[in-house]
Amino acid sequence: MSETGKDTAEQAEFRTYCQKWLAENHPGQPPVHIPQGALELSDPAALEWLQKWQKSAYDAGLIGVDYSEDCGGGGKTDCQTIANQEMQKAKTPFLPNIIGLGMAAPTVYFHAQEGTKQELLQKLLSGEEIWCQGFSEPGAGSDLANQQTFARKEGDSWVINGHKVWTSLAHFASWMILLCRTSKDDKYNGLSYFAVPIKSALGKGVTVRPLIKMTGETGFNEVIFEDFVVEDKYRLDDVGAGWKVAMTTLAHERGAGPLTTPSAGGQVNEKENGASIGSAAALIELAKNSYRNGKTAADDGAIRDQIMQLMIRQEGFRQNQRRIGVKALNVHPMRLPLQFKLVATEMNQDIAELAYEIEGAASSLYVNDENAAAGGQWQLAYMNSFGVTIAAGANEIQRNILGERVLNLAKSK
Amino acid sequence: MTQSINFGFGQDETMLRDSAAKFFSDNCGPNKIHGQVADNPDVYRAIESKWDQGLWKEITELGWTAVCVPEAAGGIGMPVVAAVALAEEAGNAAFPSPLIATFNATFAVRECQSEAATKLLGEIATGTSATLAITNVKGSWEAADTDVSANGDTLTGTAYFVQDAQKADVLVVSAKTATGVALYRVDPTAAGVTVHADGIIDLTRDQAHISFDGAAAELLAADGAEALTKAMPAILCITAADMIGSGEWLLQTTTEYAQTRVQFDRPLGFFQAVKHPLVNVMLAIDAAKSLTYNAACAIDEEPETALKLARMAKSAASDMAVFSSSRAVQFHGGIGFTWECYVHLFFKRQMHNHILYGDGKYQRAQLADLLMGKAA
Repeated sequence: MSETGKDTAEQAEFRTYCQKWLAENHPGQPPVHIPQGALELSDPAALEWLQKWQKSAYDAGLIGVDYSEDCGGGGKTDCQTIANQEMQKAKTPFLPNIIGLGMAAPTVYFHAQEGTKQELLQKLLSGEEIWCQGFSEPGAGSDLANQQTFARKEGDSWVINGHKVWTSLAHFASWMILLCRTSKDDKYNGLSYFAVPIKSALGKGVTVRPLIKMTGETGFNEVIFEDFVVEDKYRLDDVGAGWKVAMTTLAHERGAGPLTTPSAGGQVNEKENGASIGSAAALIELAKNSYRNGKTAADDGAIRDQIMQLMIRQEGFRQNQRRIGVKALNVHPMRLPLQFKLVATEMNQDIAELAYEIEGAASSLYVNDENAAAGGQWQLAYMNSFGVTIAAGANEIQRNILGERVLNLAKSK
Repeated sequence: MTQSINFGFGQDETMLRDSAAKFFSDNCGPNKIHGQVADNPDVYRAIESKWDQGLWKEITELGWTAVCVPEAAGGIGMPVVAAVALAEEAGNAAFPSPLIATFNATFAVRECQSEAATKLLGEIATGTSATLAITNVKGSWEAADTDVSANGDTLTGTAYFVQDAQKADVLVVSAKTATGVALYRVDPTAAGVTVHADGIIDLTRDQAHISFDGAAAELLAADGAEALTKAMPAILCITAADMIGSGEWLLQTTTEYAQTRVQFDRPLGFFQAVKHPLVNVMLAIDAAKSLTYNAACAIDEEPETALKLARMAKSAASDMAVFSSSRAVQFHGGIGFTWECYVHLFFKRQMHNHILYGDGKYQRAQLADLLMGKAA
């Protein structure tokens, strides 16, 4: 929406269209169990159902709305946000190709060679081809530029060797956005960026193996490259420009890039009363139904105070997202957008941790115990919350970024 | 009912805010205010109210006191966010004046619905300052609690923690009657009124307890408790906005210091032990700011949610006030601990506002009763 809260003519017309289409084409309740988010997808049947939904929304023009038409997009201006709002309101399922839409698509769009982006983007936006991200390595976590995976030029192709870790969705992915090293002479300028076809190369230079999380669940992977041959047309931007390209990916991942990520969802995460796992409001119901230290948790003054603190943080976060859209109320354009990941992930972690505390002695029970409160979902949510406070630039790195880019403090490296 | 996306900050409100920011930076930088209010560091100094009455006159001529007075009473009738914007700029300047007290009184008198109230609002719009005398000796923020009693048209008893009492032209006093608690207008210079100035820490305001001994009073509202309760969301928002303005000054000033002060051959901001807490201060300010705009907007556009949202805003702003001021002193190092460094002006203003009308813990206890029901 524009600053005054009014849609442009194009947006208004598109909004009406979205509302009408969603009213007639909502996919309904899923026939299989759908996890809390795309990154937890492990059942192929769940993926298949979600891919069908993404394809139908894409065919209807609700996904990739602001991308150019030659790349399979809708060719509109600032209309993805309208589709997102309407999909949220309609409580549709989430879109499974989350890494493709949020990170790969804008990066390919801005940096891939002509021809290549037309080849890749349509099936990405439609969800027919799932994407994953090959950034982290055993020796390159927060220090992302310390890439050791190496691409060696041979004729018109690249030969890649290396080891990627924490690769969500790699077990389903056709493509990977890959940051790697093409020169050992310079840490940053020795990096290059590729879009690589991993599914077609499984067993031919690419191995995908699941990693087990602390919860006991799978969900992410390690990917090994052994003389994996990739055509030069899948190189993004210049040789040595990998770091610059990675910044495009990361800006969009943090919600701070020029293109709005298509997003839908709300169906599985929200119950009738708006309180669900992950929401501070749910803590009230939980506290009323939990005993700790022999008493009802909702009567414990310290617990009441902490629940209110989290309700306030959640509302503050929501209102920050509203304020981002009002230019006159932002002193620095990146000050609120760059807070998003940091604030959201720490808040969700603290909500889950408080739920754990509210449950008192019963908090010891896990998902495999039939007496576990809320099926042990809060325990699972708390442990899983560390995935996101660590991933996508650990929150310590997020604080560096805010301190350096917004407050102009000296770089901590 | 839903709120407008821009929190009610239209062109008029934004222009008013920007002109206020310019007014303060042109007329009263921290250097000037420090020279005026902090000229005597003596712990046992005489209790004095120090402020620039000339600047106050200019402000009233600019119409700031009329901003939230309804048009029917002779004011401009802007939304609450307009006063919030001015309070934020006043806090950013640590400006000593009866502006904040007058806003708070305005919001209470607006709810009185009487001829006397309309007349007082008209006077406020043209520059009369006012303050609320509504707190008892125990520091209760409940509208029904007062140590003053009314007997016909006269008041007896004492009101405590009255803000900027020495600057205010009019007192708005809550007093017990046969049927409840009423609100009265009292002239602070009238016979039977004694203003006992308190020796307070904050140098940018004054405070007093005021005793009434058969003082003449004019009734503004028979159900004063209801009027105060209705005004409370706005009062909380104004106080929160003052803290947000001060918080931003503390953040920016401490950030500048961390950019320039060098130790171990590096600017302080290089060190994550300094950088990360400064970022945390910024996060706290931003959440408090968005919550305050949201609550202020709700007062005009979604009143049924206003009290809940205002308690959220005041809680976030109060906690931020303590945090931002403590980090500012700490990261200024030795100089931050001295009287000559301006940080203490803002530190003291924050610590004062943080308690007013209930600190974070109080707001959350009230909020919990509202959202969870009372504890068994």
